[in-house]
Amino acid sequence: MNFPIKTSLKRGMRDGIPIMLGYLAVAFTLGIAARNAGLTVFQAALTSFTNHASAGEYAGLTLIAARAAYFEVAVMEVVVNARYLLMSCALSQKLAPGTPLIHRMLLGYGLTDEVFGISMAQEGYLSPWYSYGAFGVAVAGWTLGSALGVLVGNILPDRMVSALSVGLYGMFLAVIVPPARKNRFLCGLIALSMGASALFAALPLISELSEGLRIILLTLLLSAGAAILRPIKDESNETEGE
Amino acid sequence: MEHNSYIYIFIMAAGTYLVRVLPLTLIRREIKNRFIRSFLYYVPYVTLAVMTFPAILSATASPIAGLAALLAGIAAAWLGRSLLQVSVICCAVVFLLELFL
Repeated sequence: MNFPIKTSLKRGMRDGIPIMLGYLAVAFTLGIAARNAGLTVFQAALTSFTNHASAGEYAGLTLIAARAAYFEVAVMEVVVNARYLLMSCALSQKLAPGTPLIHRMLLGYGLTDEVFGISMAQEGYLSPWYSYGAFGVAVAGWTLGSALGVLVGNILPDRMVSALSVGLYGMFLAVIVPPARKNRFLCGLIALSMGASALFAALPLISELSEGLRIILLTLLLSAGAAILRPIKDESNETEGE
Repeated sequence: MEHNSYIYIFIMAAGTYLVRVLPLTLIRREIKNRFIRSFLYYVPYVTLAVMTFPAILSATASPIAGLAALLAGIAAAWLGRSLLQVSVICCAVVFLLELFL
């Protein structure tokens, strides 16, 4: 691999800034949950630095607050975070063949929804350094936000939290919309995904499934459907659907 | 049984890390199967779209502001704005709208 380390790292850090700001807001609310679970400022920061997964942390903190069995916490984390299995599979195909194990292990550590999103949006093979740069900056916001959440609770005005929390969705849109512009099938797929997601959130029974499980089900169903209807071209490693 | 917060935190981290790292380390070569490759190609689009909507509507104090942020974000991304710009535009739309709503 011949990735210019410094350039990739720098670009990653730049793209990590909006993630960090969004994380700051989300992690802040996690810090409040951590305080309710009886964690100290340091423990909350440690939780966020080592987990950096919003749904997983919420679920885990809820169990800690209830003093649940260790085993239950382990099962909960695997189930709630199962969507990362799919992302991890997809990311494995974005790496140059022969990428060393240490990079794979580090990339796995930094695999959050947002880092995944922007990593997959890179052209060609992914330079692990790009993801490290983004993750390094982003996790600082995540960790700091959680610590602040425990420390100062509800001081940040609601309106600020409200505004900052859509930043992450803005990033998702910046990742999925531009390729859809050139690809009508992708456009339809994204619209369908959003529609189906809204439907799943509203339907009786299905809406009672956890959000994580609904994300997994929809991802499996819709991606498989799309793969059958419109398989990508064979020889190109480049991600062009049309 | 006495429960220790640090053990809880360690278990959470270990469980989370496991699902993140296993496929990355186990799938070492390029997948040749066309269906699986196509499937994995579509995964990010579907996952991110599913996570964005309808969740963006409940992320904000007012769902209308969330919807406006969604539309503004799509428009900005469509016009080729950068990651940071799209993100900031979404935040700004919510911030401004919620001054009035």
